[in-house]
Amino acid sequence: MSTHEQFADDLALLALEALQGDQRAGLEKHLEGCSSCRRELERLRGDMALLALSAAGPAPSRRSRERLLKAIAKEPRSQKTPARRSSFAWTFLPWLATAALLLLAGFFWQQSDRLSQQVARLRDESAQQQAQLEKARQVVSTLTATDAMRVTLVAAQSPPQPQGKAIYVRDRSSLIFLASNMPALPPQKIYELWLIPTNGAPIPAGVFKPDARGSASVVEPPLPGGVEAKAFAITIEPEQGSSTPTMPIVLMGAGE
Amino acid sequence: MSGAELTGAGSETSLVWAIRSGDESAMATLYDRYSSLVYAVALRVLGDTGAAEDVLQDVFLQLWRNPAAFDSGRGHLGAWLGVITRNRAIDALRKRRPESDIADCVVSVEPDMAGEAERSRAMEKVRGALGGMPQAQRSALELAYFEGLTHTEIAAKTGEPLGTIKTRIRTGLQALRKAFE
Repeated sequence: MSTHEQFADDLALLALEALQGDQRAGLEKHLEGCSSCRRELERLRGDMALLALSAAGPAPSRRSRERLLKAIAKEPRSQKTPARRSSFAWTFLPWLATAALLLLAGFFWQQSDRLSQQVARLRDESAQQQAQLEKARQVVSTLTATDAMRVTLVAAQSPPQPQGKAIYVRDRSSLIFLASNMPALPPQKIYELWLIPTNGAPIPAGVFKPDARGSASVVEPPLPGGVEAKAFAITIEPEQGSSTPTMPIVLMGAGE
Repeated sequence: MSGAELTGAGSETSLVWAIRSGDESAMATLYDRYSSLVYAVALRVLGDTGAAEDVLQDVFLQLWRNPAAFDSGRGHLGAWLGVITRNRAIDALRKRRPESDIADCVVSVEPDMAGEAERSRAMEKVRGALGGMPQAQRSALELAYFEGLTHTEIAAKTGEPLGTIKTRIRTGLQALRKAFE
């Protein structure tokens, strides 16, 4: 016999529903992974069915048949009449299908919308990165340009000497200004850099506040194009900046 | 009761499908075919006509409510009903809730009992096998099957070792099978 011998007796008891507790649980666990024992259990139940043939007695009453048929008739029709179930199902199937399609459409619309937003965000980020890259390229180009005008601005007084260096490329209207040893500003005041053209009034070229060490910078301030610079100067202005310089000039320098 | 009631005819599968489709007349036909078998088993176990009829109702209602519980590909409906009825009757006798789902009950009967002649021979073989058993073995088998006694209870009742009772029950069931080999 292919059945595990140690379970042989218990299988017969299980078939008879006579096995309880841990023994039953243990055997049922074994049966989950043992097809030969499951097969033997099914055959033992078949043996039990044969044993039923030995039972004999009177037929059930006629009333019993009527009782059963009445009970069946009382069962909910949705559970016993597939034709009607089918009709019910077919009635609602298109609606269910429509609902499912709407849900799917909504889902895909949401997905599409989300993807569109992601694409737009990535496009913005890409544009920003491109702009930063271009700015960096211009900075390097300005710092290394052979045609750059290099100006050093110094104070008339002795140390610590405030100093500023402006690097300007006229054709690109590109300007970088670096300052050091700048005195602390009075409250609500700011330093303003001026481009003094060869012709015309001084042009605002950015504002700055030095750090604790007196260092500051102005990088690529907005400037009108192609302005020929004669000099650069720094004044102290109200915090919001000015359109015309307020005397005195703190630092000034002309092109070398 | 006849052997035909145990196994049914070739239209059994179509009857089950008709029941699955909610055909009340198919259920009536099935009842007419197997109610004597079901009732006989229930009455033998319970010894009370009212209680036996309750089990009869319960078994057929279970089939009506859940016809998919019977897998026609894995046994005859009559055999399956016989086992389900016996188990339900024992549950009723012991006033306990059913421990097994009817859908978990798979019954395998090897003999081909589809025809009238085969069913008659099956009946003779079963009775012959029971008659050929030692009295102690037949008694252990019937106490377990029809009275729902556990092997422990049978051992206590007969005063015989537990292992002996367990083996008698198993070999008794297998003796019925061997009658068809």
